[in-house]
Amino acid sequence: MTGPELILQQLINAVSIGSLYALMAIGLAMVFGILRLINFAHGDLIMVGSYVALLLIVLGLPFVIAAAAGILASTLAGLLMERLAYRPIRGAHEIAMLLTSFSVTILLENLAIILFRPTSRPFPAPAVLHAVIEAGKLRLASLDLIAIAVAAILLLALTLFVTRTEVGISMRAAAQDLLAARLMGINVNKVIAAAFAIGSFMAGVVGILWSARVGKIDPLMGFNPVLKAFVASVIGGLGSLPGAVIGAYVLGGLEILLQGLLPSALTPYRDAFVFVILIALLLFRPNGILGSTEKEKI
Amino acid sequence: MLKLDKVDLSYGHVHALKGISIEVRDGELVTLLGANGAGKSSILMAISGIVRPQAGSLSYDGTDLARATSFDIVNLGVIHCPEGRRIFGALSVQENLRMGAVRRRDKRDARVDMDFVFSLFPVLGQRRNQSGATLSGGEQQMLAIGRALMAQPRLLMLDEPSLGLAPIMVKAIFKVIRALHQRGVTILLVEQNVRQALAVADRGYVLTSGSVMFGGTGEELRANPEIEKAYLSTAPETKSQ
Repeated sequence: MTGPELILQQLINAVSIGSLYALMAIGLAMVFGILRLINFAHGDLIMVGSYVALLLIVLGLPFVIAAAAGILASTLAGLLMERLAYRPIRGAHEIAMLLTSFSVTILLENLAIILFRPTSRPFPAPAVLHAVIEAGKLRLASLDLIAIAVAAILLLALTLFVTRTEVGISMRAAAQDLLAARLMGINVNKVIAAAFAIGSFMAGVVGILWSARVGKIDPLMGFNPVLKAFVASVIGGLGSLPGAVIGAYVLGGLEILLQGLLPSALTPYRDAFVFVILIALLLFRPNGILGSTEKEKI
Repeated sequence: MLKLDKVDLSYGHVHALKGISIEVRDGELVTLLGANGAGKSSILMAISGIVRPQAGSLSYDGTDLARATSFDIVNLGVIHCPEGRRIFGALSVQENLRMGAVRRRDKRDARVDMDFVFSLFPVLGQRRNQSGATLSGGEQQMLAIGRALMAQPRLLMLDEPSLGLAPIMVKAIFKVIRALHQRGVTILLVEQNVRQALAVADRGYVLTSGSVMFGGTGEELRANPEIEKAYLSTAPETKSQ
């Protein structure tokens, strides 16, 4: 494989991994936009959904049903997280909220270790997900194509939701000015719950795709995705939805680019190089690509 | 009717309201006057359910506001147009107005009201698809008032609508306030622009460091020598933004 085909192949890889980061980053960005909370426990929603799906697969249910149940479980877990952990401390200092998100992470991960053993378990995905489609000299993994298509559909649906529906517009209003939103009679509890539900649903979808890709799951599997999603949101501009999506695809592109360009002795340190580029970017645009250049809100 | 009785409010060590008793009867335009930090905005925040007084009672048409959530209070028709406008800059003019009507069930009538807002402020109609952040200060104030009107206020609370505006804009805003009052909207107006406020108000209260110093009709307050001395003899619009 040479020239244009190699580039196309790598582009598909980049868009595929960027799609997963984008779906994760949206959940972080929506919650941060309204609450100024960086919800690191967002990654554990991937784990919750994947374990529920695996449990149902082991019980003999069809993969599609198990996957749907897993996504539902992630969504419910996200809603519970908001209700039990974050609502009681709403309005507290940002550091207090950040620490609470770490506590939720530690709680969920240790609960999973107790319930499911700390070691990883194989995640059996149906053969269709691992099929390879040969198109000319290109070899396309069906999972990559599915990830790209799913992300495209969900991003389009999200765009329509935040621009056309009243709850969606309320969400953007609340992210801009929570006090003014309350004075207009926007039900802030409902809007925040909706933000958690949407973000957690997307995390559940990522969980299924990620687990099928990696082929195994473990209680700490949410750490890497949430870290990548956080980096993506910072690149794009923390709290901005379009920023999070752009940042995610930039991050996916950088990773694949460095994977191809770095000498093989250095590829294990790929992420270190990615972060060096990120630091350089933030030196020039401290608020990310789409972040406002204004000073922080008081 | 809005009635506040001996309302006490503190933020930490700051005693913002000390036994405030005021009332606004249906159809009245009542103004709250006073210097910065006198407690005017705190009164509005307490009525809206954003801050909770430690003592005293607040009621609107018999509903205890101290026990109502901020969106219950909006449902009662008590609408607060906050200081500094606080429009949603990333949302379009039209979306801002839609957010004003968020608690209403009659979305079709809300469209008619949007046309009314556009007739009141034609410039908003011309810029309906522009984002709020691109409007001038005066246009943003129009949008903030329009957004509040979309909620179908029975009691409209305006917090310093003329603040930081050019004299011609101040005149336009007060013209609209007068027109709304004539249409029967009950208005509670917080102002530093004492002369203009007393010209349109039926009654007013003068606040000094969290207490009501004087209350009376517009003419009584204008005729009061102490108010004359404190507010009217010096330029009233000196407050910087």
